[in-house]
Amino acid sequence: MPDSPAPALPEPDVAREWLTTMTLIRRFEERAGEMYARAKVGGFLHLSIGEEATIVGSARALREEDYLISTYRSHGHALVRGTPPENVMAELFGRVDGCSGGRGGSMHMFDLARRFMGGYGIVGGNLPIAAGIALASDYKGTEEVTLCTFGDGASNQGTFGETLNLAALWKLPVVFMVTNNQFGMGTALRRHSAVTDLQRKGESLGVPGMRCDGMDVLDTFAVLSEAVERVRADRSPVLVEAITYRFRGHSMADPEQYRSKEEVAHWRERDPLPSFAARLIEEGVIEEDERERIDAEAIAKVDRAVEFAEASPFPAPESLYDDVYVLDPDVRGWYSAPTSEESAGRGREATPPDTSEPAANDEIPQQLTHALAAGEDGRESTGAEA
Amino acid sequence: MAGMRYREALNAALREELARDQSVVLMGEDIGVFGGAFKVTDGLLAEFGEKRIRDTPISENTIVGIGVGAAMTGLRPVVELMTINFALLAFDQIVNHAAHIHYMFGGQVRVPLVVRMPQGAGHQLGPTHSHCLEALFLHVPGLLVAVPSTAADAKGLLKSAIREENPVIFIEHESLYGVRGEVPEGEDELVPFGLARIARAGSDVTIVGVSRMAVTAERAAETLASEHGVQAEVIDPRTLRPLDLETILVSVRKTNHCVIVEEGWPHGGVGANLAALVSEQAFDDLDAPVQRVTGADVPMPYSKPLEDIAYPHEPQIVQAALACLNRSKQSAPAGAAR
Ligand SMILES: Cc1ncc(C[n+]2csc(CCOP(=O)(O)OP(=O)(O)O)c2C)c(N)n1
Ligand SMILES: [Mg+2]
Repeated sequence: MPDSPAPALPEPDVAREWLTTMTLIRRFEERAGEMYARAKVGGFLHLSIGEEATIVGSARALREEDYLISTYRSHGHALVRGTPPENVMAELFGRVDGCSGGRGGSMHMFDLARRFMGGYGIVGGNLPIAAGIALASDYKGTEEVTLCTFGDGASNQGTFGETLNLAALWKLPVVFMVTNNQFGMGTALRRHSAVTDLQRKGESLGVPGMRCDGMDVLDTFAVLSEAVERVRADRSPVLVEAITYRFRGHSMADPEQYRSKEEVAHWRERDPLPSFAARLIEEGVIEEDERERIDAEAIAKVDRAVEFAEASPFPAPESLYDDVYVLDPDVRGWYSAPTSEESAGRGREATPPDTSEPAANDEIPQQLTHALAAGEDGRESTGAEA
Repeated sequence: MAGMRYREALNAALREELARDQSVVLMGEDIGVFGGAFKVTDGLLAEFGEKRIRDTPISENTIVGIGVGAAMTGLRPVVELMTINFALLAFDQIVNHAAHIHYMFGGQVRVPLVVRMPQGAGHQLGPTHSHCLEALFLHVPGLLVAVPSTAADAKGLLKSAIREENPVIFIEHESLYGVRGEVPEGEDELVPFGLARIARAGSDVTIVGVSRMAVTAERAAETLASEHGVQAEVIDPRTLRPLDLETILVSVRKTNHCVIVEEGWPHGGVGANLAALVSEQAFDDLDAPVQRVTGADVPMPYSKPLEDIAYPHEPQIVQAALACLNRSKQSAPAGAAR
């Protein structure tokens, strides 16, 4: 797609890490789909298989202190920022050790410590929030940039126009990245957007556009790096369109009657994972056996994530009211309506928020201690395993 | 104490909190150069500058959403919406985001955001600018709802709202902006959330008035006393979430009669909710069913005579209180002990 020659490979270690993370996301998503079929996961499940290069190439253009904010299709975004797969899987399973304490589920991953500011279930809902995060970054005089990803379908929402205008007007450091996977659910791009050249959709709002090949992690990284550094320097937004394709259905309940097998097969020829691996082998960065080892390790990691999620307890019924409010013990009347159970929890009192520096990217699963404490005996009680 | 108008009290609260805390930022349509549609933010731009007093485009959902994002990462934004009807364009950010983020993400972040807006009928602004919608916000767990009816409460509650760790829907009343009152001086004179105000003490009937209706109820109570010899106790809950139900229940246990007055619609309204709570928790203390006085169940009409009868005034409150008292006289068996 890009006219320019293919971008050069990064340092071998960096290239390896990208392949490793893309592989982890792919294997994680496949397993999540299996767990859904086995009813371990409830609700909706949106997989990003096919979009791994877009995810990794863009997130790796960020510094640790930069923010990433995403949509309901965000398991990969949590993983790329370093949220342990254990906590992401536990969230899918609705367990206390989930990265949102089992409150959010697939659509609402969150990891403040790693500056992953969440997945949001409302199409277009995350754009204004991204601008607000960027406003705070600027207000505090930091160099932080916010990367806000959303879908081609979301570019038709009111918040798209409102937020791009406002971000340009106020010169807010946001990279808006539209992940153009060709569909909003079952509606193809040309059937939902009058302008299909999505990078141009910000022009009338004062937001310049760029485009990357979202099936190529190198091109995505190159373009996003340019975008991120431009935004960091100018403190003014850009819109990047990443051209990609989702190989699986919109969610697990999608019979995919809106596209042909041939179309999917055509895009699969450009599968970002094997093509990047092939390039690394071709250029002598890795050998075939290392590729296999990376894959085996990803599978093993996902195995451990499933084990961890299985072992993690369900949240206790007593925790139902926790965190509806930040409770102040001196204030009365938070919950006035009586509930049938006298013993029902009224929510726990506030613990100070973690406003510290971004966490190191360690591999140790986060034990969400407060949730654990609340959840000890709640495991068998919800019946969700049935 | 200082005499000031409700609008000036709000302005003073904003000014003091802006001066006290650098993380406080104001955003809204025409709040800066224009001074605010109701002049609440008058003079603040000159004093605090453009970085902190931010005129926004007409983009309600996005303005509130920017407040949400900024609140999640360390600021204390105060967003002004021109009127409560326009908040409907921001309902996504208010309900799906501001109210739910703390819970949805397992308590990892807070959203200390204030969204201020005026409501109320009486200015012939018709069906898109006149409603009282506090019940819509009260419905949502995760939101706090403040409805100040006096200058002192306007100031004290707004200061508390800005210092609050939860998202606050702060509902002012258009007809009260020019009303004067005595306001305690001092930067730490706060009115806490969850503490009702007994506007007038009395022993015969409890009248709960919401938002401007607390003021109307007080006037009705005077008429009840002077013309009917009835001593009404008027309670202004001040915040609907958290709700100081205790103060209302204590009063009902004393008066055995309860009238609830609101300007909003009857179905699913604040009064419906309060009546249910009082019935559930003080049924044995009631000598008559809880009476409600509400706005008419219609979109607010423009024409003056129609608008006038579409929201409650003193006479309806007086009548409701008398009806409540009469009802108990009629239905109580003679000589029955209480
Ligand atoms: C406000 C809103 N409207 C509709 C939906 C239902 N919905 C969920 S995803 C989706 C399609 C969005 O497409 P796109 O923005 O391209 O993102 P993608 O799913 O392709 O990643 C729709 C219509 C929603 N979640 N929120
Ligand atoms: Mg799409």
